[in-house]
Amino acid sequence: MQIRKTLVLAAAAAAVSFAPQAYAQTLTIGLGTEPTSIDPHYHNLGPNNQIAQHFFSRLIEQDHKQNLSPGLATSWKATDDTTWEFKLRKGVKFHDGSDFNADDVLFSMHRGGNHPNAKSSFGLYTKGKTFTKVDDYTVRVTTAKPYPLMPVDLSSVHIVSDQEKDKWEGEYNNGKSAHGTGPYKLVKWVKGEVLEMVRYDGYHGAKPHWKRVVIKPINSAPSRLAALLSGDVDFIDQVPTVDIARLKKNAKVELSQGVSNRIIYLHMDQYRDNPQYMKSHDGKPLTKNPMKDVRVRKAISMAISRDLIVDRVMEGVAIPAGQLLPEGFFGRSSKLMVQKYDPEGAKKLLAEAGYPNGFQATLHGPNNRYINDAKIVEAIAQMLTRIGIKTTPDTMPKSVFFKRGKNKGPAKPAEWNFQLVGWGSSTGEPSSPLRSLLGTYDKTKGWGSSNRGLHSNPVMDKILDEALATVDDTKRAALLAKATEIGVGEDQGIVPLHYQVNTWAGKKGLTFKARTDERTVAYDVVPN
Amino acid sequence: MTVFIIRRLMQSVLVVFVMSFLVFGGVNLVGDPVEMMVSDEADQEERERVIRSMGLDKPWYVQYGLFVANAAQGDLGKSFVYGEQALGIIVQRMPATFELALAALLMAIVIGIPLGVYSGLNSESRFSKVIMAGSILGFSLPTFWVGLMFIMVFAVMLGWLPSTGRGETVELLGINVSFLTTNGLSHLILPAVNLALFKISLVIRLARAGTREIVHMDFIKFARAKGLSTQRVIMVHLMKNIMIPVVTVLGLEFGGLIAFSVVTETVFAWPGMGKLIIDSIQGLDRPVIVAYLMIIVLVFVVINLVVDVLYSILDPRVRIQDVKG
Repeated sequence: MQIRKTLVLAAAAAAVSFAPQAYAQTLTIGLGTEPTSIDPHYHNLGPNNQIAQHFFSRLIEQDHKQNLSPGLATSWKATDDTTWEFKLRKGVKFHDGSDFNADDVLFSMHRGGNHPNAKSSFGLYTKGKTFTKVDDYTVRVTTAKPYPLMPVDLSSVHIVSDQEKDKWEGEYNNGKSAHGTGPYKLVKWVKGEVLEMVRYDGYHGAKPHWKRVVIKPINSAPSRLAALLSGDVDFIDQVPTVDIARLKKNAKVELSQGVSNRIIYLHMDQYRDNPQYMKSHDGKPLTKNPMKDVRVRKAISMAISRDLIVDRVMEGVAIPAGQLLPEGFFGRSSKLMVQKYDPEGAKKLLAEAGYPNGFQATLHGPNNRYINDAKIVEAIAQMLTRIGIKTTPDTMPKSVFFKRGKNKGPAKPAEWNFQLVGWGSSTGEPSSPLRSLLGTYDKTKGWGSSNRGLHSNPVMDKILDEALATVDDTKRAALLAKATEIGVGEDQGIVPLHYQVNTWAGKKGLTFKARTDERTVAYDVVPN
Repeated sequence: MTVFIIRRLMQSVLVVFVMSFLVFGGVNLVGDPVEMMVSDEADQEERERVIRSMGLDKPWYVQYGLFVANAAQGDLGKSFVYGEQALGIIVQRMPATFELALAALLMAIVIGIPLGVYSGLNSESRFSKVIMAGSILGFSLPTFWVGLMFIMVFAVMLGWLPSTGRGETVELLGINVSFLTTNGLSHLILPAVNLALFKISLVIRLARAGTREIVHMDFIKFARAKGLSTQRVIMVHLMKNIMIPVVTVLGLEFGGLIAFSVVTETVFAWPGMGKLIIDSIQGLDRPVIVAYLMIIVLVFVVINLVVDVLYSILDPRVRIQDVKG
C-alpha cells in the first residue's frame, strides 16, 4: 500500500512537472492504420512506408506532391541509355553514429530485393538493376534495357546501414536496430499501443519542428475523432467524410485536405464469352459478352453522373476523374476530359450495340476498403439501371472480395465480371496503372497483374513499351499520355470514377501539407 | 480431486486438437491472405514469391500437417502480418486484456452483488425499483454505443478522463500493468465500466433472484429464530447459497470477457487481444487466428475447471468424483 501510494504521488508529480514545457515540442498523432513492422524492407505498403520515412532516408525523396528531390543522393543523371550515376551526400551519419557511404546503398538495395520474410518486397524496384560502387560517394546503376523510371524506383527504397547485415525485422521492431539517417529516432514501439520517436539532431535535411512524436494507433474512426476532440491527440488522419461538414464549424479544429493519387474506377470483363454474372434483359443466359463491345463500355461511362457521386455520396470530398491521375502529375493527357453525364446518349449507344432493352449485370465491390465504397457501388447500380442495364449491387468485406475479384491470367480470370476497385500510383506517374490495369496480361513482363477485366490492346501495349524505354522526360510524358488516351479514352478499358481526397484534422493552429500518397508524416505537420 | 483435474486436463488437450482442425480448415476457406498483404503494384513474380514464403503453395492438408508437427513442439507458426511468432504476439497483448477483464469482473462483484441482495431483500422499495430499471438498461444498451457515449460525455464534453488507449504502465512481476499509475488508472476506468455494465446487470439479477428464493427457506427462518444477527444471516447463510449460480455464470462470463471484449477494445483503442483478433480476421492473418482460438479454448477449459472446484467449496453437497467420471 505504501509503495502504491508513493508511486501514485510520483506519477502525479511527474505529470504536473512535465506537462507545461513538453507540450509545444511534442506532437501526438492518432493514426488510423498501424505499420506491421519498423523494418523498412519488410512490407512495401503505405502504412509501413509512412513510418519508415521518419527513421530512414532514401537516395531521392518524394515531397508531398510526389515530386522528386535530392535525399541521400545529391545529384543523379543518366550517363547513357542504360547507365545511371548517383552522387551521394557526404558527412551523413546513421543514428548509431556510423558513416553513410556507397556500401550502405549497395547493401540496402540488395536487402530490399532479397528480404527473406518480406510480405511484399522492394524487389519490384531493385530487380534488373546492377549496382556498383565507383568510389565511396558514387554509385553506378546499370540495366540491360533503357530504364527511365530509375529515379522513381530508387525513391521508394529506404537506406539502412550495412553494419546491420544480419538483422531482420524482429530487431528493427524492438528498436535495437532501426538505425537510419532519417529525421527521427525510434524510442519504442509497443504494437497496438504506442510508437514513440525523438528528433535526430544530426539529420541532413531541414530540421523538423517536433522534438518528440507519439503515435497512437486508433483504428475506429469515431474513437479517433473523439480522441482529437477531447485533446488526447493533436492530429488525426482518415477523417470520415460524414464528419467533415460538422468539423468545419468547430473553431478548435483545423482540417487539411488534398487530392490523392488514388483513383476509384470500374473493371469490365473483356475476356469471357459467357460471363456468369450477366444475363439478357429478360433473365436468359447471354450468347455473347456485352462488355466486349466498346460501345457498351462507353455507355456505362456516360450513364454515371460523377458529379452526383462526388456531391452526395462523397459529401463533396472527391474529384471526378477522366483518366488515371489527377491534375499536376507527370504524363497526364491534356485531351482526356471527365465524361459528361449523358443517359440519353448512353441508351443510344446501347441500342447501337444491339442491346436496346439493356441487360442484367451484378456490380461487385468491397465495403471496407475505399472511402464510402459500398455506397458508391449502390449509386452506380441505380444509375446504370436507369439506362436499361439492370444492375444488382453486391458488396462484401475486402478479405473476401479481393480473392474472388483477382485475375490470375486468361486461364483463371477474375470471378466478378464487373467490379469497383481503386489504384494508388505510388510512382506518381501513369506507367504503373497503365502496365498493371490495362496492359495485356503477361507474366514474364509482369504486366496486367491487376488487369481484372483482362483488357488487351496491342496498340497501347506498343506505345507503353516504347514509353518505358524512353529516357527523355518530354518524349516519355507524351507517350504515356498517348497510351492513356487509347486505354482509358478510345478503348474505355476501365471506367474512371473519381480521385479520392483525403482529410486530416488537427488542433487549431496545426496545418498539414496534405500528401498525394496518402501518407501521414509528422514532420509535415507544422504550427502556423 | 487430483485425478479429476488430470482427467479434465487430458480431455482439454483433445478439445484443443479438434478445435485446431476446425479452425485451420475454416480459415483456409475464407479469402486470400496474399491479396491482403502485397502491394497493389506487385507483379505476378512477386506474388508467387510471397505465396511461397508463407507456405501457401502447398495443399491445405500438407499445411495442416506441418502446423500440427510444429505445434507439438510449441511453435504455433509465424504471423503472416507481423512476421513474428503468433504466440508471442498474443502473449504480449494478454496483460492488457486480463487487466481490463479483471477490472470489469471486480466491478461486477463489488457493485452487482450488494445491489442485487439489497433489492432482493427490499423488493418493494423505490431504490430497488431504480436498481432493476437500471439493470434493464445495462442489459439492453449496445456496448459500442455506450462506449462512444462515455467518450463523448466524459472525455469530449467534460474532459475528466482520457478518451482512448492504455495509460502509462509499470512492471509488476515482469508484467506491464497500468492500474498502478494514476495515468493508467484514468485510462482504465471508462473501458472497464463499459465492459462491466452488462456483467453488473447480470449479477444484480442473479443475486436478486437468488435472495428472493432463499430468504424464504427454512434454514434462514431457523437461523433468525435462533437469534442470529441479521448481518450474520445475510453475510453467511444467505450469501453462501446465492453465490453458486453467480460463480458459475461469472466464471463463464469471465472467459467471454477475455476472449470477446472486442467491441470495447476497438472503441477505446485498448491494445488487448480482442483488438488483435479483429485486426487479424480482417487482415486474414491465419496463424494468429488459429493460435488465438486455441489459447481461448484453453482459457475456457481452465476457467470451467476452477468453477467446478469452487462449487465443491461453496456447496458441500457437490462432490467431485475422484474415481470415475
